[in-house]
Amino acid sequence: MNLCQVLGTVTATHKHPAFAGRRMMVVQPLDEARQPAGKSFLAVDERSQSGPGDLVLVLREGNGVRQLLGDRTLPIRSLIVAVVDAVDV
Amino acid sequence: MYLGKVIGTVVCERKYEGLEGQRLLVVQPLDGRREPSGPPEVAVDTVSASPGSLVYLVGSREAALAVNAEQPPPVDSAIVGLVDSVDLSR
Repeated sequence: MNLCQVLGTVTATHKHPAFAGRRMMVVQPLDEARQPAGKSFLAVDERSQSGPGDLVLVLREGNGVRQLLGDRTLPIRSLIVAVVDAVDV
Repeated sequence: MYLGKVIGTVVCERKYEGLEGQRLLVVQPLDGRREPSGPPEVAVDTVSASPGSLVYLVGSREAALAVNAEQPPPVDSAIVGLVDSVDLSR
């Protein structure tokens, strides 16, 4: 998983049915010092209710997302799977 | 998944069966702050986007699933959302 900071949200009225009812977040990958590391991208937030500024873990593997959400046809590659309380390095 | 801006269209006469009837668009990938990120790519459109549209895409195997989950076509980039707005806190 990637340690990321939530930067914001994306709204889309017209979208693939798989994304209906799911929140789409903009996330920025961070390094161990919590500095930006690489390009920001989009991740679905199914139920962690994260918001801008939150530190989260993002799973970036579609098969894992499909197993977790219980639908073998889901075209989702990135999912927020945890909200981080503390990181000790 | 990632943001992108549609910058053009592609037409192909000869193609694999899975690509028949699919709309192909040229997309410039963007990062979360809408800055260009890497070279343009060709994506299958599932949301009736058009040149100038801000969209989000999914890549790799998931792109094929987005187009046809039962018979995944030879596709590695698909437009799956027509973006209304991107709200960043900072």
